[in-house]
Amino acid sequence: MKEQTESPIIEIAARGLAPVIQIVGIYVYFHGHYGPGGGFQGGVLFAASILLLRMCVGFENSQHQVSGKYTLPLAAFGACIFAGTGLASLLVGGNFLDYGFLPVPGLVEADIRYYGILFIEVGVTLAVMTALVSIYDVLLGA
Amino acid sequence: MKKIQYLVLVIFCVILLYGVSGLPPKGDLNSPVHGTVNPSDTPVAGTYYIQNAYTDAHTPNMVAVILADYRAFDTLGETIVVFAGAIACFFILRRRE
Repeated sequence: MKEQTESPIIEIAARGLAPVIQIVGIYVYFHGHYGPGGGFQGGVLFAASILLLRMCVGFENSQHQVSGKYTLPLAAFGACIFAGTGLASLLVGGNFLDYGFLPVPGLVEADIRYYGILFIEVGVTLAVMTALVSIYDVLLGA
Repeated sequence: MKKIQYLVLVIFCVILLYGVSGLPPKGDLNSPVHGTVNPSDTPVAGTYYIQNAYTDAHTPNMVAVILADYRAFDTLGETIVVFAGAIACFFILRRRE
């Protein structure tokens, strides 16, 4: 690990803060069902933690967290999770994005909608996080 | 020129205050936004959401149900807008050899 910043204080603080921000991001994402939160806000928190690492420990050292090569493909994958869930419910006979028609055994329709919302929020979180990191990387010229 | 700017600002402020003074008080149950029927005698969509959000999706936060279930197409569009922004930044700003 080559050192990228002059100040060890900034580097240690960033390395300590980033996992906390990621845990808050997970909390905000899952808390979207019970209060303020959801995919967009959780994704922005994840992106904030990654960008903190990008700025404080350096671009090269923060490649282990999210590699710059995979940001745009992951953003496309997140959008495809969302659209694919909608298309799956279209294929099994419902309307587009009507999760209640998805054939999940052992769950009533309302619970399928509950988990459907949670699942599409995965796609939103992934897309928002990697899109923001990708914009930062491309602005950096890396 | 400065005087005209201030005059325009004052006139605009008076118009806004006049508009705000005509709004119904906060929490007024008889105001049109809190009714179950629109002034044009059509049912209000928000009433359906408030009454059926929990039974439809078993999610206590009705905002999440509206955002990700009833209005999921809108959220899909937002996600694709964010993705399109990232794609546009990549293709405009990428380093060319």
